[in-house]
Formats: sequence, structure tokens, C-alpha cells
Amino acid sequence: MRRRTAPRRIPALPLGLGLAALLLLSLLCGVALGAAGIGWADVLRFLWAGLTGGTVHAHDAAPYTIVWEIRLPRVLLAAVVGAGLAAVGVAVQAMVRNALADPFVLGISSGAAVGANAVILLGALAGLGVWALSVSAFASALAAMALVYAVARSPHGLTPLRLILTGTALAYGFEAVTTVMVFGAARGEAARSAMMWLLGSLGGATWAQVPLAAVTVAAGWAWLRRRAEALNALAMGDETAASLGVPPPRLRRELFLVTAAVTGTVVAVSGAIGFVGLMVPHVVRMLVGADHRRVLAVAPLAGAVLLVWADVLSRLLLAPAELPVGVITAVVGVPAFLLLMRRGGYAFGGR
Amino acid sequence: MRLDIEDVTIEAAGTRLVEHIDLTVGSGTFAGLVGPNGSGKSTLLRSVYRALRPAAGAVRLDGDDLHAMDPQAAARSLAALPQESSAEFDFTVAEVVGMGRLPHRGRTAGADREICARAMDRTGVTHLAGRGFPGLSGGEKQRVLIARALAQQPRVLVLDEPTNHLDIAHQLDVLSLVRESGLTVLAALHDLNLAAAHCDVLYVIDKGRIVAAGPPLDVLRPALLAEVFGIRAHPVRHPVSGAVQLLFDRLPPTT
Repeated sequence: MRRRTAPRRIPALPLGLGLAALLLLSLLCGVALGAAGIGWADVLRFLWAGLTGGTVHAHDAAPYTIVWEIRLPRVLLAAVVGAGLAAVGVAVQAMVRNALADPFVLGISSGAAVGANAVILLGALAGLGVWALSVSAFASALAAMALVYAVARSPHGLTPLRLILTGTALAYGFEAVTTVMVFGAARGEAARSAMMWLLGSLGGATWAQVPLAAVTVAAGWAWLRRRAEALNALAMGDETAASLGVPPPRLRRELFLVTAAVTGTVVAVSGAIGFVGLMVPHVVRMLVGADHRRVLAVAPLAGAVLLVWADVLSRLLLAPAELPVGVITAVVGVPAFLLLMRRGGYAFGGR
Repeated sequence: MRLDIEDVTIEAAGTRLVEHIDLTVGSGTFAGLVGPNGSGKSTLLRSVYRALRPAAGAVRLDGDDLHAMDPQAAARSLAALPQESSAEFDFTVAEVVGMGRLPHRGRTAGADREICARAMDRTGVTHLAGRGFPGLSGGEKQRVLIARALAQQPRVLVLDEPTNHLDIAHQLDVLSLVRESGLTVLAALHDLNLAAAHCDVLYVIDKGRIVAAGPPLDVLRPALLAEVFGIRAHPVRHPVSGAVQLLFDRLPPTT
């Protein structure tokens, strides 16, 4: 038996406070940086005016609109989406006890993609106007969730393996439907935006999307934090959880609903942004250990910071064109993750 | 606390895994459950620590139906060492032991740390507190899990083959630890001599039914062992302790 030294760990409280401060700074940078080149002083003035309901000069109307109506909701949404994906990633990995699990392993995002692309490519739900995309994506996410739930159910409840297999199998089915729609689409630009959506993008962010997404993610996060100790028990195994007074079937059912609701909401406003929900939980576990009370306190902050910066880069690198944000999260995140993992001492997923 | 298994039948996918089991463990008694592989030992124990719900019958703690109780309340009375050993998450030893306090959350402000420290002290794992649980040896893991069970402050302890994969010294250590806890214990055991040496009472289970029960030496008779395990048992005296030990050889297949 190989002996390992005690894992090096960072106390969660200072790390959490540090990340919270970093997140505020990141939000500010996210609003200030952009293709339009608006100075810091102006950005701060516009933010102050927006927050306090002050006035700006008429000739400042265009930059003010860029800061307040375009960048700020986008940056806030990036933080909300990053936090949601990271929190759900933690929960799903514990729910199915699998290191490869992420918020999309249950097939919900692929289901949402079908609805979103029906709007982008086929013009479905045109009557709903600007809301068509989000509504359609969320509705098809819920339909996918109901389907996965119905198929994965067994007399023993939702077992980890059945959940993963069902989610993965149905995701292939949903992706096939999406692919057929993309190939069948006559318009090239539509196919491009469908692609953008599949890889994830915050380009369509509006103020209208922020409150609902923020409330859903915050509620989901609060619920997960309340159940953090139950998640610890579940991570040790179903029988252990049962013997500790945490019936696994009930907990897994609740987890499925909460993670599906948060994933559906997040995917409806930003598409399927990869990597955040898979890697942030692992990185955070490497830093603070496996206890979900600490992981769930830190992971959403880390996810929010990561996605805010990934979105800034996606806007700046090829400005005025945009890269899908999922590309950035992968390019930035993969080396960071590999570096941390090689530092050693991380157990999840076998040693 | 007294544990009663009353006429319990457990089914899975239409098959009866155990049938009409009656079993009693008196307060403070160490009861052993022995039987061949697939006889239903683990299945029966799962229904006791509530990982399975019996199709019929009841499991009672001092008369109260365990499956009708609030899950947390049940876990405050009864702790278990299941056989599963999923160690994918890198919890530290202290975190694993701390999980034993989960059923007591919100009831014992501040005392949790001391209770865990005492449990770790009793099983001799205090020096491992900061180590990662997945990296421990089998014997260390088992002692940590017993510490978790003790931290749960139960009155009944259920163990599913707690000596599996342990060398002989660790087997003896683990069973002494359990014995010294003074709790009501129900343990599935493979080693018949170990079972005979440590248990007050033995239940023999075969094909999902209890076929014998009583004090170890009354139960482990060669005729019964031949029937249940298909082996020939030879009782001999231990040259030092004088205790009866069983030696085995395979029974020639009957045709």
C-alpha cells in the first residue's frame, strides 16, 4: 500500500473571501474591457449613473448604452452561469460518483439544444419574439429531463450507472436531431449561430435574462449547501448514506430536480458552455479537499471568476468577431487543470 | 438496545432473497450471522441498516419498527459498516469519522469534535486524522470506519464481514474493538472459528432461511456444517487456550 502525505489544503474561508473580492474586481474589468475602447473613468461614471439613477450627457448615450445595456448584463450573466455550472458540476459528480460527470452528462443540455436550434434554424415559436430562444431551450430541457428521469427510473430508484448511461444515450439522440437540423438549414449564418449556441456563448445576454437566472442559481446553490453533508455521505456510497440516515433514492431524486432546473436555466441563456462544470469542481477539491461544505462554498465563486474572464477573452481576442466562450474555457482551463493535477495528491477518479 | 428481526422476507426483481427470517439480538449481545456465499447474509443486514426495505415482516429496535422511523432518528440508534468500499473522493480520516455525526446535526452544538476525537482515540486512528482515507491500508480503513460508527453514538452496530481482506492480527483487533464497545452487535462473518470465539450467539443462514441458532458450540455441529457448507468439520482442542477449534476438509460430492 502506497503511503501518501497529507494533502496540502488551503483554508476555505480565506479562499472564499479572496475569490469573492476577485469576482468583484473581475466584474469591473469585464465591464471596462471591450472592443469599443471606453475609458475606465467613463465606465465608472456610467456605472455610478446607472446604479444611482443619475443622468449622463446626450453625447455619452452610445458608450453608456454599451456599458449599461450590453456589457453589464453580459458580465453578470457570465458570473451567474459560471457559478451555476460549477455548483451543479459538484452536485452531479457526487450524485453519480463519477469523476467524468458534468452538468451535461444527464442529457439536459443536448435536449435544450434541440429547442434552441429549432428556433434559430427553423424559426419555431416566432410569436414569442426575443424570448423564443430561451423559452424553447428551457422547455426542451425540461422535456429532456422528464424523459431521462422516466427512462433511468428503476425499482431501486435512480442508480448512478443508469443515470449516466441513460443521460449519455439520450444525449446522442438529441445531438443527432440537432445535427440534422443544422445540416438541413438553408442559411449559413443560422448554422453558424447554431454552432455558437452548441459551444456556448453569452453574446445574447440581456437584462431580462439576469434576474431569473440569478434567482434560480442562487436558490439551487443554497439548497445544495444545505445538503452538503448529505452529499458527503452519498459520496461514500449508497449503503453508507442509508446507514447514516440519508436515504439515497430520495436525495438523488431531489438532486436530479435541482441540478436539472439550474442546468436548464443556465443552458437556456448561454448554451452549453463546457469545461466549467467538469473541471472547476476538481480544481476546488484539489485546493480545499473533498468535504462538500467547503467545495460548495468555493466552487461557484471560482466558476464565476473563470467564466467572466473567459467571456472577456472571447470578446477581445478576435474583436470585433467573437469566439465561442467554451473554446476559451478549454484553452485556459485545460493547462491549469493539468498543472494542478500533476502536483499530485488528488484521489478522485483513481490513483 | 434489543434488535428483533421478525418474519422478514426480502424480494428483488421477483426473486425471494431471504424468507421468513426471525432473529433476535439481546441488548449488549454479540450475534454472528454465518452462511455460505449467496445465502442472504448481506441482504438481510441491508434491510437492518435500511439500505433495503423488506417485502414483509419488520425490523424492530426495542419494539419500534425501524423502517417506520425517521431516517435520522434510526441512524442515531443504529450504525453500520457496509461491505462497499467506494473511496473515490479524497476525504480525510477526520472528515470520514465526522460523517458519523450527521444524524445528530442540530442536536449537539459544539460536542461533535470531542465525540469524534474520542471515537478515533478508541480505535487508535488519531494519528491518521489528517491523512486521506483512500490511501489507507485495509486494516486502517476498517478502524476508521469503526470510529465513524462509534462517533454515531449508536446502541446497535451492524457489520457486514468486517474482517474481510484483513490479516489475522487485524481480524482479531477489529473484533475485539467491536466486542469492547459493549453495543448490541449483529455481524456477518466468514471465518467460523473467529465467529465461535467472539460471538455470544450464532445464526446460520442457508438459501435465505435461518437453519440453526444458539450458542456457537451448539450450532457449529459437523452434521449441520456438512449440510450447509458441504464440508467435513473436525473439532479439536486449542493446545494453549483449550478452546474448541474446527478443522475442515471438503466433503466428497454425494451422487
